[in-house]
Amino acid sequence: MYPKNALRAATALALLTATGAMAETITIATVNNGDMIRMQGLAEDFTSQNPDIQLEWVTLEENVLRQRVTQDIAANGGQFDVMTIGMYETPIWAAQGWLEPLDNLGDDYDTDDILPAMRAGLSYEDQLYAAPFYGESSMVMYRTDLMEQAGLEMPEAPTWEFIAEAAEAMTDKDNEIYGVCLRGKAGWGENMAFITTVANSFGARWFNEDWEPQLDSPEWAEAVTFYNDLIQNYGPPGASNNGFNENLALFQQGKCGMWIDATVAASFVTNPNDSTVADSVGFALAPDAGKGKRANWLWAWALAVPAGSDATDAAKTFIAWATSKDYLALVAENEGWANVPPGSRTSLYENETYLEEAPFAQMTLDSIQAADPNQPTVDPVPYVGVQYVAIPEWAGIGTSAGQEFSAMVAGQQTPEEALSKAQALVADEMEAAGY
Amino acid sequence: MARAASPRRKAITTLAAWSVGLLIFFPILWTMLTSFKTEATAIADPPVFLFFDWTLENYSVVQERSDYMRFLWNSIIIAGGSTILGIIVAVPAAWAMAFVPGRRTKDILLWMLSTKMLPAVGVLYPMYLIFIQMGLLDTRIGLTIVLMLVNLPIIVWMLYTYFKEIPGEILEAARMDGATLKEEILYVLTPMAIPGIASTLLLNVILAWNEAFWTLNLTAAKAAPLTAFIASYSSPEGLFYAKLSAASTMAIAPILILGWFSQKQLVRGLTFGAVK
Repeated sequence: MYPKNALRAATALALLTATGAMAETITIATVNNGDMIRMQGLAEDFTSQNPDIQLEWVTLEENVLRQRVTQDIAANGGQFDVMTIGMYETPIWAAQGWLEPLDNLGDDYDTDDILPAMRAGLSYEDQLYAAPFYGESSMVMYRTDLMEQAGLEMPEAPTWEFIAEAAEAMTDKDNEIYGVCLRGKAGWGENMAFITTVANSFGARWFNEDWEPQLDSPEWAEAVTFYNDLIQNYGPPGASNNGFNENLALFQQGKCGMWIDATVAASFVTNPNDSTVADSVGFALAPDAGKGKRANWLWAWALAVPAGSDATDAAKTFIAWATSKDYLALVAENEGWANVPPGSRTSLYENETYLEEAPFAQMTLDSIQAADPNQPTVDPVPYVGVQYVAIPEWAGIGTSAGQEFSAMVAGQQTPEEALSKAQALVADEMEAAGY
Repeated sequence: MARAASPRRKAITTLAAWSVGLLIFFPILWTMLTSFKTEATAIADPPVFLFFDWTLENYSVVQERSDYMRFLWNSIIIAGGSTILGIIVAVPAAWAMAFVPGRRTKDILLWMLSTKMLPAVGVLYPMYLIFIQMGLLDTRIGLTIVLMLVNLPIIVWMLYTYFKEIPGEILEAARMDGATLKEEILYVLTPMAIPGIASTLLLNVILAWNEAFWTLNLTAAKAAPLTAFIASYSSPEGLFYAKLSAASTMAIAPILILGWFSQKQLVRGLTFGAVK
């Protein structure tokens, strides 16, 4: 009896080791947000379809992830097989040869179904280098009850003039209600994302076609003065420290009449578990100044394969799964349509059930489509990117300029001073970079 | 002769000590309290201190989402390993510097300390390349070595200061009695320096446990310790302060408990030699 059992055990062990040796492990670097966490929870669906591929997850804070991934890719460390990167990095890294081109994602992948704006922002020389996991734009979120009290009606596509008027009417500082909450915290992905979209809508641009900085233009002066007046007169105190999360907290506590920020916020502010104003939130397109461009940005968190990966095929298989139509259906089945990652595929917005169950769906789509990364401004520009400039120097330039504008919001300098300092530092940086 | 303190004076000093203590402990206390709140209560304004509906939900979410034990195990191995390795290297070094100083001993000590003045990020890239070459990326042994190197100057300095307090004559007496160098260090010096060695050990375990630069930069999925566990709960888009607090509390709990039980040892070691 015993020898037989021992034999069985040995065979089982040998089989186990054999499968272990055959299985390929891919390491996936992600950020901590609701959609990514949900994906980890549903990964079993992938591993059951692909028993020979094992998944290992590394979840990091956004800035740490960016630094880790850049470092690993530049040093060819091969730590990650799939990484989450943004729209800003994709064309820059693709140009460096750091990313695998994403073709052959399978017959039923349907690359043409990816929203055109997303595809444009994640491609380099018409080749897709990162597949959008979810996409976002920015829009106006407002309190329907406060708007009614003020006797105003929010148009679907408001102007900046209307926003200023509504902000004034809704502000009630004695009761800690502020007409409009806007980003003031310094950073290329914080206040500069917002300020750049305001500038775009006022007809300003970062550079002319000869890469000369344009922050001394009257359009920039008008845009920045407008932003500063809005935030000083109708914004909450200490706005120079407010980023996405701080404004989200203020809005959820009922302290903001309007908030212009990422479309992804819609699912948070309408969630009755977290938000005290969940049942009285309305949405509108980001404002314009009558110049033909709206102040909405375009961003995507996308999945890409670094050139140093030794499991390229397995990594691509995973990406094809995570960004497929089937994955959207899988999330819907398990967690409801409102929790499906938005902004990546056209077919999602043709789905009647989705449009019904996610009240912010149509506005998200309209906002995404209103943004064009290839033609972000009124006047022509040599760069790609709506709320950023897709050059390696941007992270540095954007953050330094962001500090000047944050200091302006804090009342330490005037818009003119902030702009002239920003112009000087951008000019220096660009000259040093050899433009 | 010690001056007798008046009750009033005593009360004032006690009050002052408690205030300072509470002030320093407050951020940790706040993190712990937040970990028992719902996400909505966590951002409430004005903030709620004690009277809210306590919930364990955050802990269960964190527990469900990440493999805490794996991170904890990595932290224990890395922090413990680097400290033990450091002590093994530092005891002989500190012995030599304290009892047989040469002309350049003071310079060497200062030079060792100067390596702590360089920002770590300055050598990140070279270190990263070395790690790739040696296949040490995302391994516990790699991190143990790095943390040992990072903390070595502090270990040597602390041990050197303790050893200096021990009269050289005792060691000489041991040598007269025929003790070998090994016996002298192991049986004479070490027992006398136990409080010093213990507090060095504790302090370095704490430093290595909390080290968040190298541990985040040189690990991925396999060797990541609790610092990476905390970092994975930070989110720029979404308010997860309560879950982040729960993760932080779970990460600092072991070291907090260790510190609590060994505080006598720690204080004794840190003030050792303060009064001559």
